[in-house]
Amino acid sequence: MTMVYYRSTMWDYTKKVKELFLKPKNVGEIENPDAVGEVGSMICGDALRLTLKIDKETNKIRDAKFQTFGCASAIASSSALTELIKGKTLDEALKITNQDIAKYLGGLPKEKMHCSVMGTEALEDAIVNFRGEKKPEAEEKIVCECFEVSEEKIRKVAIENHLTTVEEITNYTKAGGGCGSCIPVIEAILRDIWFVKPITEKPTRPKKLTNLQKIALIQDVIEKEIRPRLQADGGDIELIDIEGNKVVIGLRGMCVGCLMGDVTVKGIEDKLKELVSEDITVEVG
Amino acid sequence: MNTIYLDNNATTKIAPEAFDEMIPYLTDLYGNPSSMHTFGGSLHNKIEEARERVAALIGAELDEIIFTSCGTESDNTALMSAVESYPQKRHIITTRVEHPAVFNFAKHLARKGFRVTFIPVDSFGRLDMDAFSKALDDDVVVVSVMYANNESGVIFPIEEIGEILKERKIIFHTDAVQAVGKLPIDVKKLPVDMLSLSGHKIHAPKGIGALYLRRGTRFYPYIIGGHQENGRRAGTENIASIIGLGKACELAAKNIKKEVAYVSALRDKLEKRLMELCPDVRVNGDRENRLPNTTNMSFEYVEGEAILLRSNEYGICASSGSACTSGSLEPSRVLRAMGVPFTAIHGSIRFSLSRYNTEEEIDTVIEIMPKIIKQLRELSPFGKEKIKK
Repeated sequence: MTMVYYRSTMWDYTKKVKELFLKPKNVGEIENPDAVGEVGSMICGDALRLTLKIDKETNKIRDAKFQTFGCASAIASSSALTELIKGKTLDEALKITNQDIAKYLGGLPKEKMHCSVMGTEALEDAIVNFRGEKKPEAEEKIVCECFEVSEEKIRKVAIENHLTTVEEITNYTKAGGGCGSCIPVIEAILRDIWFVKPITEKPTRPKKLTNLQKIALIQDVIEKEIRPRLQADGGDIELIDIEGNKVVIGLRGMCVGCLMGDVTVKGIEDKLKELVSEDITVEVG
Repeated sequence: MNTIYLDNNATTKIAPEAFDEMIPYLTDLYGNPSSMHTFGGSLHNKIEEARERVAALIGAELDEIIFTSCGTESDNTALMSAVESYPQKRHIITTRVEHPAVFNFAKHLARKGFRVTFIPVDSFGRLDMDAFSKALDDDVVVVSVMYANNESGVIFPIEEIGEILKERKIIFHTDAVQAVGKLPIDVKKLPVDMLSLSGHKIHAPKGIGALYLRRGTRFYPYIIGGHQENGRRAGTENIASIIGLGKACELAAKNIKKEVAYVSALRDKLEKRLMELCPDVRVNGDRENRLPNTTNMSFEYVEGEAILLRSNEYGICASSGSACTSGSLEPSRVLRAMGVPFTAIHGSIRFSLSRYNTEEEIDTVIEIMPKIIKQLRELSPFGKEKIKK
């Protein structure tokens, strides 16, 4: 799992960030707003609520106010956003990118770029709501469960900011910064966007396995796919028994008593389902 | 603007008395204590004098104190020594809330093939003793449990654990970096085999620590080279810092009772007033059983980095367990292990005091902090309706 080590201090922020954090502009909530945009949650660590007053004839944003739960750069980014969009038409406002917010602030530390992304997301949310174009949520495919980041968002942010590494994606969207289990998916998305190399084809599965073939394949997948990943995190796996489609395993090392124990077992089961048979179930012995 | 330093679990100011004693050994008296000539060799006595002072603070014998470069080195040495000394045993027990010096070293050993059990804590940060008892088996090579937690301040039942392990003849190490100098510790009565302490947490300089090693405990050095420290820790002695540590320990031993009363009174005042003045605040950790200088408070609906950076404008220094300050995108491992809700972890602030704090400083914090919390809550989309109630 990649760890992103950083520690922001007041020293890493520009004068403009500091200024807009200590004395933010356009704080609050517009009464009877024409549009409301909301992103983030208290659990994720940052959230932004944007309220807009829109001139219905000219489609211009007459007023914008924000409320933000988050760190200094989240507050400054929100304030910057409201400054940038006031007086603009909705179409002009939609052209504002997270880069524009960062630029307005004189730059953001790279691990804080997600704060600028949060700004543009709230704006889009508000305008989509205003225009009544809200998409059903079911369409979203969540890639990062820890921070609830969708594939769509990762693709959009990656393309707009020309991001090519997982670390950059984490800096800009937070995806992959929690348990890290979605990192392979992010890698696949990045490969897909930038055509670095074609997404590796899944090994083709024989149609019907004999019991012996199945046991051999399970052992092979555990040895080649699962064990190296667990060992990288300080854990290990022991294959205890295979009864039909039930695979009994033991977790060793860091996996024992690990907070992510259940997730690990689920991950192993998914891998075996993918590479051996849909009917496989995994139990801890 | 004056600095109001309430981050003493991170590091402390060097005691002026300790600094004064160090100066000659940073300037004129630069000899190597291993030399044959008097200029160097005579410095050996100063090291032994410091060793006596360190030993006296925790009730140890002279030959039970090994000087190291820091608390982390002491912790790493203790674990490594145990696993090197008993190569047939492969199980290590520690806790989910250890300092990274133990936690990450245990993970490192897990990668090398050791089985590691991380004992959980309850919502008050207290160790799950049932889980601890269940984890014990004949394969255990060392148990490492911190004396007191750096984030919550919660004190662990070291004596109780030590008694159990003594009976089973299992090596017991405690990381007492946060406890030494803040709580009376007497290794004559405390059943531990190894104990780590750090200089810069007790008003000595950074870059010096010590490991207590009970007589008769098998030992294997971690830093290998020359004969220093009786062959137990190689490397030319950091004389000035050793002398600084000695003096800091002497000061701590002399004043511990008075200081505990003084510091805990200030801490209690700060905590009580902030709880009265700010709605929706919680204290994280067992308030009945924690370090006298520490309080970990969560201010709901606001984020820790924002609190710290606004406090910074007034010279107030503290710490937070929020994601933005933790060094990763995930908030404090310790508070998560305690089951503190994420929403509360993001707004957690640790105040840790020392003997150098004054009542005036605490009053200033009591005046400023509620204003900052109020301002940030007005900024927060979650603050408004909750505060109104």
